[in-house]
Amino acid sequence: MVDITPADGIPPAEVAEVELYHPHSWWTKYVFSQDAKVIAIQYSATATGIGLVALVLSWLMRLQLGFPGTFDFITPEAYYQFITMHGMIMVIYLLTALFLGGFGNYLIPLMVGARDMVFPYVNMLSYWIYLLAVLVLVSSFFAPGGPTGAGWTLYPPQAIMSGTPGGQDWGIILMLSSLILFIIGFTMGGLNYVVTVLQGRTRGMTMMRLPLTVWGIFTATVMALLAFPALFVACVMMLLDRALGTSFFMPAISEMGEQLQHNGGSPILFQHLFWFFGHPEVYIVALPAFGIVSDLISTHARKNIFGYRMMVWAIVGIGALSFVVWAHHMYVSGMDPYFGFFFATTTLIIAVPTAIKVYNWVLTLWRGDIHLTVPMLFALAFIVTFVNGGLTGLFLGNVVVDVPLSDTMFVVAHFHMVMGVAPILVVFGAIYHWYPKVTGRMLDEMLGRFHFWVTFLGAYLIFFPMHYLGLMGVPRRYAELTDMTIMTESAHHLNSFISIMAFIVGFAQMVFLFNLIWSIRHGREAGGNPWRATTLEWQTPHTPPTHGNFGKDLPIVYRWPYDYSVPGAKEDFIPQNMPGTFGPSREPA
Amino acid sequence: MAETLTHIGKTEPRPSGWQGIAADWSSDQRAFKNVSWGKAMMWIFLLSDTFIFGCFLLSYMTARMSTRVPWPNPSEVFALRIGGSDIPLILIAIMTFVLISSSGTMAMAANFGYRRDRRKTAILMLLTAALGATFVGMQAFEWTKLITEGVRPWGNPWGAAQFGSSFFMITGFHGTHVTIGVIFLIIVARKVWRGDFDTGRRGFFTSRTGRYENVEIMGLYWHFVDLVWVFIFAFFYLW
Repeated sequence: MVDITPADGIPPAEVAEVELYHPHSWWTKYVFSQDAKVIAIQYSATATGIGLVALVLSWLMRLQLGFPGTFDFITPEAYYQFITMHGMIMVIYLLTALFLGGFGNYLIPLMVGARDMVFPYVNMLSYWIYLLAVLVLVSSFFAPGGPTGAGWTLYPPQAIMSGTPGGQDWGIILMLSSLILFIIGFTMGGLNYVVTVLQGRTRGMTMMRLPLTVWGIFTATVMALLAFPALFVACVMMLLDRALGTSFFMPAISEMGEQLQHNGGSPILFQHLFWFFGHPEVYIVALPAFGIVSDLISTHARKNIFGYRMMVWAIVGIGALSFVVWAHHMYVSGMDPYFGFFFATTTLIIAVPTAIKVYNWVLTLWRGDIHLTVPMLFALAFIVTFVNGGLTGLFLGNVVVDVPLSDTMFVVAHFHMVMGVAPILVVFGAIYHWYPKVTGRMLDEMLGRFHFWVTFLGAYLIFFPMHYLGLMGVPRRYAELTDMTIMTESAHHLNSFISIMAFIVGFAQMVFLFNLIWSIRHGREAGGNPWRATTLEWQTPHTPPTHGNFGKDLPIVYRWPYDYSVPGAKEDFIPQNMPGTFGPSREPA
Repeated sequence: MAETLTHIGKTEPRPSGWQGIAADWSSDQRAFKNVSWGKAMMWIFLLSDTFIFGCFLLSYMTARMSTRVPWPNPSEVFALRIGGSDIPLILIAIMTFVLISSSGTMAMAANFGYRRDRRKTAILMLLTAALGATFVGMQAFEWTKLITEGVRPWGNPWGAAQFGSSFFMITGFHGTHVTIGVIFLIIVARKVWRGDFDTGRRGFFTSRTGRYENVEIMGLYWHFVDLVWVFIFAFFYLW
C-alpha cells in the first residue's frame, strides 16, 4: 500500500528521488550488489557462517572443561586458541556484523522509507571488506602456529610473546590485521546507516516517529563510529610492537631467562584503549537488541510501546554513559581508588536508563493482547535473561565485590547472559519476525517452538550453574582444572552437565538452520504483512521488496509506528502511511 | 530566519537559533537542512577520524609523560644545518607553511567551483595537490634524515625509544592521509576539468552524477588533515 495523495500538514519533499544503480548482469544483481537488502543478506550469511565456527569452538572448549583429560588433541595451547577465537568471533564478527550490517542494512532504508542507503556503492564495499576481514581471520587457523591464543582482550605483553600461541607466529598478526580491516569496512557501512537515518527519511517521518529498532541501530552505529577508533589505534600500535619491535605496550621484560629488546611501554595503556572500545561495544550489541525487542513486543502484544520518548532517551543515554565506564573492566589492573569510585558510580548509573527500558517493556505487555508467537517467545525470554545478566552486573560493577569475583566463571556467566544469550535471543526473534518479509514465507512454527524452548532453557542450564562455580572461585581461562583443591567432585559433575547442555543447545541451532533453508521453498506463504504490523517495511507493494523498496512512489508517514488497538479504528493496527484520524492515538504530541 | 533549500527548487522559511535546531531535529526528512548526503557523510567520517588521531596523540602523550628516560629535545632533533648554523624546526616551519597554504588554495578552489569556473577550480585543486605532495616529499626527506642519524621505530641515540615509534607512527598515519587526499584531489580535479559536473556524466563505479559541491566536500577532508597537522605540530614539535 503506497500513498500517493499528499495530505495536509505533510511538508513537501526536500530531496529529489535518488538515482538507483540498476544492475546489468547476474553478478551485479546478486554478488556485487549495491542493494542494501542483498548486502544485508550477504552480511547475515557471512556472520552466521563464521558464527558456526565459533559455536564449534565453544563445543571443543566444553569438551575439555566437562571431560578433562579425555581428548588428547585439546592441548592447553589449543584451548587458549579456541577461547580467543570464540570470543572475538562472537562479539565482533557475528553480533556486531549481524545487528548493524545485517539488520541495519535490511531494516533502516525500509523503516525510514528510503529507496536504499544514501551511498550504495560505499555500502557494497563495506561488505566486501568485512568478508576480507573474515577470510583473514579464518586464514589464521591454517597459519603456522595457528590462531592467537591471547584471549579475546589480546592483553599485552603476553599477546605477542612466544609463550602465547600465535604470539611470535602469524596468529596475532592476522588477528590484528583482520580487526583493522573490519573497522575500515564497518566505518564505510556505519557512515551510510547514520546518514540514511539523519538525512534520508521519507516525508512525514520525523525522528520521533522512527521505530525503536531504527533508534537502537542508529545509536549503536554512532557509538561504533566513535569507539572503534580506539581499537583501531590499539591494533596498529600492537602490530608495530609485534612486527617492528616498538615498545608502545611492551615494558622491559624477560622471557625464558632472556631479556627482550622491548623497554618502557605501558600494558595498561592498551587496556585503556581496548576498553574505551570494549565497553561501548557491549552496548553496540545491546542497543539494537533493545530496539528490536521493543518492536517485537509492541507488535505481538498489539499495544503501543509504553513511554516511547523515554525509550528513545534511554537508548541515547545508555549510549552516552557507556563511554565513561570503561575502566570498570580494569579494577584488578590497579588504579587510584578515586578512579575506581568514579567508574563504579558511572557504571551503576547505567542501571537507571536500563531499568526504565525493562519497566517499559513490562508495562507494554501489561494488559496487552499477547500473541505467544515464536518472535514473542524470544522477546519475552530476552527480558528475563537481560534482567538476570544485568543484576549480576551490579555485583561486578562494585569494586569490592568485583575484585574477588574477577576472572572467575561468575564473570563468564554474567557477560554470556547479558551480552551473549540476551542479544542472540533477540537475533532469533528478529529472524522469525522478519523472515517472512525477506523471503515471502513463514518459518516453520513447530520447529521454531522446539528451537526456542531448547535454546532458552538450555542457555539457562549452561550459564546459571556457572555463577555457582564462579562464587566457589573456579577461574576462567584455565584449560586444566582437575588438580585444583576448589574443584570439588560436585563441581566437576556440574562442569560435565554444562558441557552436555552446550551440545544439546548447539544441536538446536542446527534445527534452526535447517528451518531457515527448508522454509525458503516449503514455508507457508506469508503475504505482505503477516504480523499485521504498522511499520513501513510491512507496507511495501511487493514481498520480498524489490529494488527501490517502495515501487513508484515513496510512502508518506502520517503517524508514529505504534498505533496498535486504537479505539475506533477498523483494524487493531494502523500502518504508518495510512492517512486520517481514527480515535485516541497514544502518539506523543 | 534561515531557509531550507529543497532540491526541488523551493525554499522554506525556518526559525533560527536554538529554536531552529529543535525545529530541524523534530522535522521530517532531514535533521540538517541544507546539508547534502555527501557533506553529512564527510562530517561524520571526520568526527570518527578525529577519535583515531585523538587516540594516537593521547597514547603518544602517555608514553612521553610516563617514560623514565630522557625524551629527545625536538628543537635539536628537528634542526637543519644551514649556512653553518643549526636552525631549529626550520623544516617543520616550511612544511607547516606549505600545508596551511594548501588549505588556502583549496578554499579558493571550492569558491571557484560554486562559480562554475571549471578552469580555475581545476588549476587550484591541482595546485593544492602539488602543495600536498610537496609536504609529503619534505616529510620523506625528514624521515630519511632521521633514519640516517640512527632513529628507528625501536630506538634512537638520544633517549626514549617511544620517540621514534610515536614519530614514525603518527607522522606516517598523517602522511598517509595527505597522500590519499592528493590522489582524490587529482581525481576530482580531472572530473572538474572534463566538465563532469556540468554535463552530468556518471561516475564509473557509482553510476551517479556528481555536483560542484564535491569540490567543497573534498575541501572539508583537506582542511581536516591540515587541522590535525596543527595538533601534531604543537604536541610533537613544540612540546
